[in-house]
Amino acid sequence: MIITEEEIRQEVLGAIEQNRIMLFMKGTPEMPRCGFSMQTVACLQDAGANFAAMDILPDPRIRQVLSEHSGWPTIPQLFIDGQLVGGCDIVTELHESGQLKEMVGAAA
Amino acid sequence: MADIAEIEQLIRTALPGSEVSVQDMAGGDHLYAHVRAPQFSGLPLIEQHRMVNSAVDHLLGPGRPIHALKIKTEAPQ
Repeated sequence: MIITEEEIRQEVLGAIEQNRIMLFMKGTPEMPRCGFSMQTVACLQDAGANFAAMDILPDPRIRQVLSEHSGWPTIPQLFIDGQLVGGCDIVTELHESGQLKEMVGAAA
Repeated sequence: MADIAEIEQLIRTALPGSEVSVQDMAGGDHLYAHVRAPQFSGLPLIEQHRMVNSAVDHLLGPGRPIHALKIKTEAPQ
């Protein structure tokens, strides 16, 4: 089965639209494949977030269409209510200040 | 190897009135930038980071002087 870039774009944008808290990462929450992704997952879990995740590693086009959409070059990328919140540094800072817990708990 | 003074100046120029301190974290290409700028007031962190990144965008990335830039931003109280 051949997957086109347009299908990947729809998958990525659909995930951002359909999941209030959406994390794009390397690996999975159960088995992160990068320290930055691992730390971001840990922050979200510690903040009690109920989040969806997509592994960007299986196809390089996932990262390509994601970064075109967000204008942000690095992985992980956390979206809340369709908006890019940030990567590992920003999520960590928001977690340490207690803001992440409010953001993941607040109603959409 | 990145020129720390040049990078500090680029950020100061992009954000007039800012206080900028850039440090080498490892090997001369993993840098840490601490930026306090009035322009950050009221903006989400992601937009604050974008403003710093865009000032040094042409130096950042694989094969360029800065391999990684960790950013800490704040607005003056």
